Amino acid sequence: MAMRPNLMQQKQDATEARLAVLGDPPATGWSGSSRQAAQERLVQQGLPDARDEYWRFIRPTGLTEAQAAPAPVFTHSDTSAFDEIDRLRLVFVDGIFDADASDDAAMEGVQIDRLAEVAETDIHWAQGLYGTLEEAGQTPVPRPLAALNTAYASDGVLIHVTGKPSRPISLIYRRDREDSDVILHHVVKVDAGAEVTLMENGPAAARLNTVLEVDIADGARFHHVRAQGRDHQRQAATHLFARLGEKSTFKSFTLTANGKLTRNECVIELTGDDATAHVAGACVGDGDFVHDDTVFITHDALNCESRQVFKKVLRNGATGVFQGKILVKEGAQKTDGYQISQSLLLDGDSQFLAKPELEIYADDVACSHGSTSGAIDEDALFYLRSRGVPEESATNLLTLAFLAEAVSEIEDETLAADVLKRVESWLERHRS
Amino acid sequence: MLTIKNLNVKLEDEDKQILKGVDLTVEAGKVHAIMGPNGSGKSTLSYVLSGKGGYEVTDGSATLEGADLLGMEAEERAAAGLFLAFQYPIEIPGVGNMTFLRTALNAQRKARGEDEMSATEFLKFVREKAKTLKIDAEMLKRPVNVGFSGGEKKRNEILQMAVLQPRMCVLDETDSGLDVDAMKLVADGVNALRDEGRGFLVITHYQRLLDHIKPDVVHIMADGRIVKTGGPELALEVEHNGYADILAEVQ
Repeated sequence: MAMRPNLMQQKQDATEARLAVLGDPPATGWSGSSRQAAQERLVQQGLPDARDEYWRFIRPTGLTEAQAAPAPVFTHSDTSAFDEIDRLRLVFVDGIFDADASDDAAMEGVQIDRLAEVAETDIHWAQGLYGTLEEAGQTPVPRPLAALNTAYASDGVLIHVTGKPSRPISLIYRRDREDSDVILHHVVKVDAGAEVTLMENGPAAARLNTVLEVDIADGARFHHVRAQGRDHQRQAATHLFARLGEKSTFKSFTLTANGKLTRNECVIELTGDDATAHVAGACVGDGDFVHDDTVFITHDALNCESRQVFKKVLRNGATGVFQGKILVKEGAQKTDGYQISQSLLLDGDSQFLAKPELEIYADDVACSHGSTSGAIDEDALFYLRSRGVPEESATNLLTLAFLAEAVSEIEDETLAADVLKRVESWLERHRS
Repeated sequence: MLTIKNLNVKLEDEDKQILKGVDLTVEAGKVHAIMGPNGSGKSTLSYVLSGKGGYEVTDGSATLEGADLLGMEAEERAAAGLFLAFQYPIEIPGVGNMTFLRTALNAQRKARGEDEMSATEFLKFVREKAKTLKIDAEMLKRPVNVGFSGGEKKRNEILQMAVLQPRMCVLDETDSGLDVDAMKLVADGVNALRDEGRGFLVITHYQRLLDHIKPDVVHIMADGRIVKTGGPELALEVEHNGYADILAEVQ
């Protein structure tokens, strides 16, 4: 018992050290009060440490320490993700918007503002959303890094979708500096019946903290495809908060290749009947790689469907984590919940840690979950080799096949093909 | 074509001798059949020839047109012209049948220093082969053997053989799990591939497959050895009298 105050003190000290670097959050403009409130949440919760139940599988130190550890900029000759896709490009370099490299943000069916540009105005449509979904997502599990983000975000995009824009919106995160520590906060509001695809890609920073809040109105559709940058030493904490109205659709897919530490949290609330939420991820890690997918889906309406599909390929001591929860509230009848997390361990040194959870208060629901870890199927490998496919190509083919289930969650086939190409080039580069 | 001399094989993890001195030569253009009771070592022989792990060759040799098979990796044996039609073809979820066939063919061509076949050229080539085996476009698109019936799996093995055009084909109990019509289809597929330059080794329990694929030579295998060799009439003898008489006779 004597230990406890001491541990609390450590948490408080760590939080104060981080806040000392960040200073006071901006108090002015339409987002000022949300930022102040978020900072109070953060102080109350304290930054996470290894003793928090929600962080039991990974050490969050790299994401919470006062200064970001430097990460060398990874240069390679490969094309970047989504290069061949026609899209509206908005480029951030080490978190700073690069107008010259970006497209004109004007497009029919959508209004795009930059947070930093409109921060000082008194009224903005995002006022009722900025930090709101993040705050709602703090219960029952605290997410201090998201509160930190709301309080201190330096920039981000505010996207109001009123129709069906002809091109996807693509956030491109480049980096030049070894020591960048970046906090970006995006808000997307999709009006009833509207539809948009949002893409994110690139390494962004030595340390990146992003929050994406998405409010999807009745009958609206939101697609999200993300490829996190391949820089080996980069660290990232991302939060995706989504609220779904009646008959709306949310689909999100993330590819992670490399990165020393990545924590991707996804918090979804199905609040309107007949809504659909799919969240999927594929990751490939070699060596010093820790990747954590933490998902919380709340069913609070009738006849909704949710689906979580996560696949991880791990080698040379890489670590994969999956914490996934489906909460079905009382009255959320006819819920259809599916959750699968699988890892392919390419050697005996790598590990996969999974905590699938179901919490159900309605009596007429179908929820299933599964989690597996395994090596390459030796029989399949021999079958391929007996047909003349060399061992390494055969292993790569089976690895791609393993990830295919998650990648096929991407509705757009061109995007899915692009993602598979990323994985192939990663496998080429990481020969055993 | 295929020359096996005094082949002795044990299980890698166990002190169990499976093959105890197999001698066998298959000439180009000929079909040899191996028959024998369960546990005689027939399937082991096919696995050892194709390079499956888990076995240890303790003595003897196996060569394909003079090249030492046992010193090669499985994929090298395939590129050298050896093909094993599996008794239980493996399902590979997530890998399309077309991708599988094309990857295999191009890997072999590459290993032999030949040009890879283009996607369009390949598509035409496979469709033609598939048609004669009554394999439809749907089956070519599906993941390898996933959800295939027993007959479909075996037809898919023969399709691979037709596409890869090996010099030496080993068929491991290709008739198991097939009804009469499916067996005829598979046998037609095999017969279409018979030619002067290609050898076949057909492993089977039953004589019935040999009604459709007429062998030139029949071997009886028992307890890890070839115990008797003869013409097609030997298969008929087994069919009528079982293995007991032959085994008693050789002992």
